Amino acid sequence: MLAPALVIVGGLFGASLWYSVLKSLGYLPFIGQFQITLEAYRNLLPGSGTPASREFLPALGFTLWVSGAATLLAAAGALGVVVVGLGRTRAPHAPRGIVPLLNLTLAFPHLVWAVAIALLLAQSGVLARVLFQLGLIATPADFPVLIRDPYGIGIIISYTTKLIPFLLLMLLATLHAQTDDYAAAAATLGASRWQTLRYVTLPLVLPALTAGMLLGFAFVFGAYEVPALLGVQFPRMLAVLALDFFRNADLRSRAEGMAISVLTGAIVLLVAAVAYALTARRTAGHG
Amino acid sequence: MQRGAVGCIWLYALASVLLPLGLFGLHALGPRWFFPALLPDSLSLEPLLALIGNPRTQAALGLSAQVALLVTGLAVLIGYPAARALTFAPLVGRGVILAVLFLPTVIPPIAIGIGLNSLMLQLGLAGTLIGVCIVHLIPVLPYVILTLSSMLSRYDRHYEEQAQVLGAGAWQVWWLVTLPMSLPALAVAALFAFLISWSEYLFTALIGGGRVITLPVLLFALVAGGNPTTLAGVALLIVAVPMLAILLASRLLGGGPQVVGVR
Repeated sequence: MLAPALVIVGGLFGASLWYSVLKSLGYLPFIGQFQITLEAYRNLLPGSGTPASREFLPALGFTLWVSGAATLLAAAGALGVVVVGLGRTRAPHAPRGIVPLLNLTLAFPHLVWAVAIALLLAQSGVLARVLFQLGLIATPADFPVLIRDPYGIGIIISYTTKLIPFLLLMLLATLHAQTDDYAAAAATLGASRWQTLRYVTLPLVLPALTAGMLLGFAFVFGAYEVPALLGVQFPRMLAVLALDFFRNADLRSRAEGMAISVLTGAIVLLVAAVAYALTARRTAGHG
Repeated sequence: MQRGAVGCIWLYALASVLLPLGLFGLHALGPRWFFPALLPDSLSLEPLLALIGNPRTQAALGLSAQVALLVTGLAVLIGYPAARALTFAPLVGRGVILAVLFLPTVIPPIAIGIGLNSLMLQLGLAGTLIGVCIVHLIPVLPYVILTLSSMLSRYDRHYEEQAQVLGAGAWQVWWLVTLPMSLPALAVAALFAFLISWSEYLFTALIGGGRVITLPVLLFALVAGGNPTTLAGVALLIVAVPMLAILLASRLLGGGPQVVGVR
């Protein structure tokens, strides 16, 4: 019964991962190259003098910056919404109707979301027009460059705003699963609302928030569309760099593109493993 | 529950849905909308109708619908027996199976997409509709199976035995008991499958090789041209269908908070 699913998911997934790794190791049979070599990986290191070496480390740093910033901002945002929204109630349950509404944001693919962010934050975008009407700027050039900027601000804003509903749903699901007992006990013991929040609600949601943050980080770290649309040529995020190198006509840079994509996957896997271990430990502790 | 206290969540949720919709709507209906005007000079349905009438848009819309519906059908057909086995059958190596299903949900598309491209080229499936559908199953199937099996864990198989004892044949048990009782789970799983496939860009672009141009691929290509009216129109088309599906599903199913995933 499981076989067809495992063949499709495991088989295709495994085979393509195998292909990626082989090609990153320079196994290119169609040009008669059967030798396995670590050259593509060496070419990424600084000091090897290749174009890839000048791009890889900045791309790695830029990717860490964008995914780290987006995840932290989104976590702060989601937590803030929960604290402000639910902080004054003793039983922190999600109000009716909020979940379908939050789910509606899932109808926006990241690609579409990025287009909306671009329309909003471009130098002649809607926000710039509002500032002009308020007399704060005189021309589009006075508005800061937030789209295709070297610091990845547009990318970070796009992912942060898209991750908040995801984390919020996760937090609400965790709170929904809790009984009122803890909050009631805290109230019986004379805890103020703030104390209930600080010593009951926050510790309850923190494991879920951490796991959600790690998943979010892993997702942004390997993502392609949004940085491709809202990013600049230098520095590029790893996924964009990998695909650009792979599409290069030069066969050596194809192997380097493969190597970058394999490394990106490996880093993401590491982060996901930590998230999984955290969740597993929590479930084991409660079971 | 205090009314004012939840206002913050409501405000955020409403803004994150209505703001992009409004932005797309104004751009799609107001082609003459330049800096520094706060609102377009005039709104008209004409540009949107022209976009929908455009053969390129219609082709992309048709392809998107074909791919997403095919993927949804396949994913439910393959995923349901797998989820049942995962939930009810005594399995050796359940952990390994779960890991295999879990991996594609976290490993980024880029890490396997390039290898997948070579693989599909060799299988002769690159640039074909069926190739794109098969590749979409990699991110879709895990979500479908995990959703179905978590919902099936509350499924009581005694009803099936009851029907059998009362003389129902295998087909009758399936048609009169199993299917109706699994319907909510199947609906949710189908919705997830549709959403993921409908939104997919990178796998479609890499495997479709410029020949399977779905709506997201079309949108990505249009960004370079930078015409906000067309961009907004295509974005609205992409968003409208899953929005209707989600509204319909939450109307039919109700229930508590559910996390679909980061995708």
